[in-house]
Amino acid sequence: MHHPITLTVNGRAVTAEVEPRVHLADFLRHQLNLTGTHLGCEHGVCGACTILVDGDAVRSCLMLAVQADGTDIVTIEGLQESDGTLNALQTAFRKHHALQCGFCTPGFLATLTQILRDRPEIEEDELRGELSGNLCRCTGYSGIVDAALEVARGLRQGGTAP
Amino acid sequence: MTTRYFGAPVQRVEDQALLTGKGRFTDDVKLPGTLHAAFVRSPYAHARINGIDADTARTLPGVKLVLTASDLPTQVRGKRILLQVPNPAITEPLTQMPLALDEVCFVGEPVAVVIAESRHLAEDAAEAVFVDYEPLPIIGDLAAAIAADANPAHAHRSDNIAARIQVGYGDVALAFQSAAHVVSATLPQHRGTGNPIECRAVLAMFDMVHDAFTVWSATQAPHGLKRALVDILDIPDTAVRVIAPDVGGGFGPKLQVYPEEIVVPICAKLLGLPVKWIEDRREHLLSTVQERDQIWTMHLALDADGKLLGLRGQMLHDQGAYVPWGIISPYISSVTVPGPYVLPAYKLETLVVFTNKVPTTPLRGAGRPQAVFAMERLLDHAADALGLDRAEIRRRNLIPTEQMPYPVGLIFRDGKPLVYDSGDYPRCQALAVEKSGWETFPERQRAALAQGRYIGQGIANYVEGTGLGPFEGATTQVLPSGRILLRTGSAAQGQGNQTVYAQIAADAFNVDITQVDVEVGDTASIPLGVGAFASRLMVNVGSSVSISSAAVVKKLKQIAAARFEVSEDDIELADGTVRVAASQGGALTFAEVARMTGGMPGFSLPEGIEPGLVSTHYFAPPQAAYANGSHVAEVEVDPETGMIKVLRYIVVHDCGKVVNPLLVEGQIQGGVAHGIGNAFLEKMRFDEDANPVTTSLADYMLPDAGIVPKVEIYHVESPSPLNPIGVKGAGEGGTIPAAAAIVSAIEDALKPFGVRIDEAPILPERLCELIDEAAAGNALKETA
Repeated sequence: MHHPITLTVNGRAVTAEVEPRVHLADFLRHQLNLTGTHLGCEHGVCGACTILVDGDAVRSCLMLAVQADGTDIVTIEGLQESDGTLNALQTAFRKHHALQCGFCTPGFLATLTQILRDRPEIEEDELRGELSGNLCRCTGYSGIVDAALEVARGLRQGGTAP
Repeated sequence: MTTRYFGAPVQRVEDQALLTGKGRFTDDVKLPGTLHAAFVRSPYAHARINGIDADTARTLPGVKLVLTASDLPTQVRGKRILLQVPNPAITEPLTQMPLALDEVCFVGEPVAVVIAESRHLAEDAAEAVFVDYEPLPIIGDLAAAIAADANPAHAHRSDNIAARIQVGYGDVALAFQSAAHVVSATLPQHRGTGNPIECRAVLAMFDMVHDAFTVWSATQAPHGLKRALVDILDIPDTAVRVIAPDVGGGFGPKLQVYPEEIVVPICAKLLGLPVKWIEDRREHLLSTVQERDQIWTMHLALDADGKLLGLRGQMLHDQGAYVPWGIISPYISSVTVPGPYVLPAYKLETLVVFTNKVPTTPLRGAGRPQAVFAMERLLDHAADALGLDRAEIRRRNLIPTEQMPYPVGLIFRDGKPLVYDSGDYPRCQALAVEKSGWETFPERQRAALAQGRYIGQGIANYVEGTGLGPFEGATTQVLPSGRILLRTGSAAQGQGNQTVYAQIAADAFNVDITQVDVEVGDTASIPLGVGAFASRLMVNVGSSVSISSAAVVKKLKQIAAARFEVSEDDIELADGTVRVAASQGGALTFAEVARMTGGMPGFSLPEGIEPGLVSTHYFAPPQAAYANGSHVAEVEVDPETGMIKVLRYIVVHDCGKVVNPLLVEGQIQGGVAHGIGNAFLEKMRFDEDANPVTTSLADYMLPDAGIVPKVEIYHVESPSPLNPIGVKGAGEGGTIPAAAAIVSAIEDALKPFGVRIDEAPILPERLCELIDEAAAGNALKETA
């Protein structure tokens, strides 16, 4: 049994038929072939599958594809600038060596995109607390924190949100 | 050769794809018609399999195949996976079978596989495979497993001793006779897990036209997997290609060859369609190898001044149910103990013990964290016994740098005498002491205590054998486009290998780094390979890239010199051309030379020059290169809750020449994070029947951004004389002494309670127990 859903993914209208038990991450990865969204635990702890659903950072392993009907979704494939260059947060990630294997990176980018948009005034302690819902086994987090704080400083000085 | 890139904090060439969702991990590789596997795993730690009924499962929707051990192809049936690191000390080379035949020896061991049109359908059908298990007596406890009447972990065995290892040198008995002080400790240390954020993954297809397999695997060692497949399937070496595409972290466990990596290709051939299996996190915590369960019982002899005289003891190593990577971890543990110290006599007896748990093999640090923990805890206890400062007792015993190279008196795991090649251990410790404010810390500690805060500092030193051989190779080639291509069979799991290799080649050819492409992890790209482990790739592949690039550069110069009728010394490389230096005439682009030498009819190579702008070199180091470091941790402990916070963490690190400080610091920061997990977070719990109970990331705690501080890192560079680029490995040093330094700091913070901590990890509830025990002990002393 399949259900029809209609949604927007990275600015494009998508209509699809999905099985009720398929979660949103599997739908994105396997039906839309957007393999940039990664699955680390499929029980809502590691945060690797985090994407933006209607602007909010959401774990796509804990949401069924059918629940995404009518939503506006942004994945890592949709984060770049319109000319294809890296956005401010992606650029800062590269500069601060905020990724190693890169598997958790899509989730961190999504989580931080929301944080930086909503709270560019955030300080390090609070940022670290907010990031505790995303696990990285490679970097030890300091590059990620440094990158985010640099972008936050830029925003406070009048830059645009990633 | 110019050095524009070597030593510079070059941003990574890997990042662009990974930051935009264009990475290609195994599960991102999509082949038409792919079927999906789900494994049926043992729910018992030890049981006999009396039968398997898969008839129902075979009839379920979408199911294409159900395989049990007895359904495997005849050449595989009853065979075990190749033991890649044999050792005569191993009593019985028990590795896993692709599917358990008549006995399961740990919870999670694969028993059958279901292949279906989707993973959902495969898992549905796996539920319908009925296995008739007859539970057998279980041995889960390491200390109990060595008793004469212990339950055997394997039913056919009379004991659980997988190996005995004895190492040592000097006259230990004499050392203890003449000692002014002897300190003793029993130090249990716990297994941890790798837990890369990408779990294991394998995709296989069989090409009937060429009678050959292609296997994509999230492996650290494509050539190792290829060897295992060739061995167990009894096929020619040319009939398997293994590709490790982007791999989402490894940390050791992805080095092993697993049953799933054998069974999935077999199914792909039987069905004539690609088959994929992606491990889920529960499977990872059940069936991916772990490390670190050891119990050390140690005695340290010192003279009246705190100089070490001798060390002796016994270590038990929990091997789990099988020995897939031999006894490397306990062996490395046993020879890492002396560390950076002058230790005149040493004797350690190690028992490697089978239990009914998932096997243990090297995990970031590979036996070294436990050895360093044992030595450093003993030194802290000795400092207490002698009334010395903890840094001072270490300082008195550090090997003076004038004594380099320093023969320890042991044989390392590469079979070569354990000789430290270079290093300045006193300088490293002195720098750590200085940067951490060690000498003024007691004042800060007293001031904090006056406010009711318990803070402490701990110090730990280590020496790490890195860059092990036997070899790793690299090919450098100038392509007809003029771009430079580097290829190595060893895989990368996030370390930035492509970047550092490209740095070396870009310098050699005097080109921009964007002109260099790097392919890693494909057995088709180079005939031989070993793998990513033992912090070995910078030494082995880096040196191979350096040497093979130099060979191609020389060839470019020879060809240009012949063409322009000048001496080779008058030729230089610049802007992708090879040209006569300081002259207007005579330049060839790399592309032109590549096309000429690549088989252009009518072009004759100068005499003595082989075709192609290509060279392969396999660097084989004469022995391991020994990195070292000194760590200081500063923590705050809440004695009410047992909660621990790392306030500061200082690392002084010597990995020889630093090729890219951005990347080395990333390795150290990440390594320390792993060590923090081992110190007070990560505990793989089993019930009394050896059932794992921490099988989700909600139960097994990994360090998060709120827990891991920014590490303050200082480099000391003692170039290794053992390779052409002077490097040593840097991937594991961050982890190795971290638990030792942190536990020392916790103990220091809790000095007012007199707590002694000889175990890792130390979780809050256990810390509260120790505080209560110490308080009870103190009350007893006061009453007496």
